[in-house]
Amino acid sequence: MANVIDLEKIAADFKAAAGKLHRRIVICGGTGCVANGSMLVRDEMARQLKKLGEDVELEFKTEENGEQCNFTGTYLSKSGCQGFCQMGPLVHIEPDKILYTKVKVSDVKEIVTETLVKGNVIDRLLYVAPNGEHCQGDSTIPFYNRQKRVVLSNCMIEPENVKEYIARGGYFGARKAVTEMTAEQVCQTVLDAGLRGRGGGGFPTGLKWKFTLASQNAKKYVICNGDEGDPGAFMDRSVMEGNPHAVIEGMMIAAKAIGADEGYVYVRAEYPLAVKRMHRAIADAEKAGLLGDNLFGANFSFRVHVMEGAGAFVCGEETALIASIEGKRGMPMPKPPFPAQSGLWGKPTVINNVETLASVPYILREGAQVYRACGTEKSPGTKTFALTGHVANTGLIEVPFGTTLREIVYNIGGGVTNNDGKVTGEDFKAVQIGGPSGGCLTKEMLDLEMDFDTLKTVGAMVGSGGLVVMNNQTCMIKIARFFMQFTQNESCGKCVPCREGTKQMLALLDDIIEGRADENTLELLEVTAKAVQMGSLCGLGKTAPNPVLSTLRYFRDEYESHVYKKICPTGECKALAKPEILADKCKGCTACARKCPVGAITGEVKKPHVLDADKCIKCGACKATCKFGAIIGL
Amino acid sequence: MQETMEKTLAMKDYLVEVNRILEKNNYSESRLIPILQEVQAVYKYLSKDIISYVANSIGVPPSRVYGVATFYAHFALKPKGKYVFRLCDGTACHVKKSHGILNAIYERLKLTPEKNTSDDLLFTVETVSCLGACGLAPVVLMNDEVHGQATPDQILAIVDRIIEAEKAEQSK
Repeated sequence: MANVIDLEKIAADFKAAAGKLHRRIVICGGTGCVANGSMLVRDEMARQLKKLGEDVELEFKTEENGEQCNFTGTYLSKSGCQGFCQMGPLVHIEPDKILYTKVKVSDVKEIVTETLVKGNVIDRLLYVAPNGEHCQGDSTIPFYNRQKRVVLSNCMIEPENVKEYIARGGYFGARKAVTEMTAEQVCQTVLDAGLRGRGGGGFPTGLKWKFTLASQNAKKYVICNGDEGDPGAFMDRSVMEGNPHAVIEGMMIAAKAIGADEGYVYVRAEYPLAVKRMHRAIADAEKAGLLGDNLFGANFSFRVHVMEGAGAFVCGEETALIASIEGKRGMPMPKPPFPAQSGLWGKPTVINNVETLASVPYILREGAQVYRACGTEKSPGTKTFALTGHVANTGLIEVPFGTTLREIVYNIGGGVTNNDGKVTGEDFKAVQIGGPSGGCLTKEMLDLEMDFDTLKTVGAMVGSGGLVVMNNQTCMIKIARFFMQFTQNESCGKCVPCREGTKQMLALLDDIIEGRADENTLELLEVTAKAVQMGSLCGLGKTAPNPVLSTLRYFRDEYESHVYKKICPTGECKALAKPEILADKCKGCTACARKCPVGAITGEVKKPHVLDADKCIKCGACKATCKFGAIIGL
Repeated sequence: MQETMEKTLAMKDYLVEVNRILEKNNYSESRLIPILQEVQAVYKYLSKDIISYVANSIGVPPSRVYGVATFYAHFALKPKGKYVFRLCDGTACHVKKSHGILNAIYERLKLTPEKNTSDDLLFTVETVSCLGACGLAPVVLMNDEVHGQATPDQILAIVDRIIEAEKAEQSK
């Protein structure tokens, strides 16, 4: 047993080596920050520091050829997605506890000479809260300090360094499961923790594992579902990019629990960085002896493969995902048989979402009771949400179940923004939760304690956890149409009610938006929605009508206004627009008449102009030009 | 005879990469999707010839490979332009008015959702459901380059730069 990995030694060596560092500068290497040039910032910083004679390392080694390293310079590490994408590129300076936001290559020289050499804080690079306060470190920023991060707690580590993951307690949970526990005990621990599937449905993970354990078969599989297709959700991407070893460790524990020896990570092809980091993490884990045969000296083997998706939303459904790994069209199959009995290549298979698996190591390490300490009775633990849309701070957040929408939108998110990007405090209209399967939450639900069950009672669902905030300049029918267009596109075509029904619903919504709807439209829309729900095999079809039903339930007056009065209250539906020029506000400056591409506006200089509604193509060019707010109805 | 020989030899050269990819994946039916992904990475799209060739090589009917190739959004059955603009139309980008950018770029390049590649094979414009960079909405991908918090003007400027650069290249 010479090759048994010594986790304690690796952790101690890493901590000892890290303690000798002069400085560690963490630059966010998530998709968002990389897109904004964070890696260029890192290169420039290395160049500037070297010019001053500082020792710089981009890859942190604790040992070389069996000898301890004594590096005492500056370590420029990259991290996974830290969640505050909008403010990126993010640069953390440790141990000074300074967080700089929106750092550009041109700022680097100043950071080096002012902060790193002289120790001064550069005020203009700090995060400015909506109340005007300048925040120096992330502990003073409400976006961060009001969260409770468990799954995302390791987002500051170098994702491509397995030793750092181990130093933060990584793989200790897996070792415990593999060497000290029986399969039943692992299932029971996760069941006791009350962990529920984060992919949307909320099925108890421990129970799923127990069913798969009960299936007798020499060959079983663990699949990690990273086909995060919901538009507006990106937590799985962030976890795979920022903490890939937690996913592998979670899969290893699942494998122990069900008796599997092989696993697949199914990653969306739209996430090239996540694919790359998962490949790298698997290779590193194999090299370190954390994947392969006789792991931790026990009679337990486990191997992981990465499978890249090819762009089909329906593959997020378990049976469709299995078909896709088998090289077929990703179409769902009727259940039963459940994957627990007959999954990948007919073998018992457990499929868990990325975030679910990444929560598992923590449960094994800390125990079920610690995990239950936060969250609600029926939905313990924390949930990550992707907070986007019309909100001051967009990004990835993690909060305990039971947190209210008000806390998320106003305190963490910093409030709702209007179309000019300003927070006025009066713009909240709704939050769309759970993507194309979810529903809307309105002003009345701001104080609802959100968990799997409370959300169901109001016709929404946790789903994958996308929270899209919408201000009151957003037309809800257009939002419903947007989701309908998405599900109609992504319907695999197997079930007729889903394939044809979504198409008909989309046509009905178009009728409403374009002013062709009559008194039967709304009823027809509801009847079709019910038919699609009842007649579809998989979750995609069953939940596809949710955005329509939910907006119909809470914003019926808006629908009725479109249908009966042919007025879009927000003015977003151009076909219903009735543009006119207010004579008392028009100064006759002729700016609008000159801008109009079809010559629909006429009038003399310094006299009120007139708009010919028959000629107007409702392009909005005149409204954008008018300095006096004289053009309305567009 | 001479002509057939030449054609066959040219075809043989053309298929060297496909053969390498098939070999690497053990001609396995279950590896069909990775095979098609790798083939597309080399040839930029999946032609009818290649689909038939892959099908015969792994011993399945061409209809099955065609079925898979048409099912998944990532597989292109027509050649794409040298510069592919992919506009994110996820929820966050949508509410932040991504369609304004889409319309602007369609108009500039005289393209439509139906005809999304320019005749000179320089540009392709497509939408994707979500790139997972919602914090930067609206997002536009130009080949592998990510442009966050994009505006119509900013993206049109990129288009203009490419057109200029291509013109300069040609006149050389």
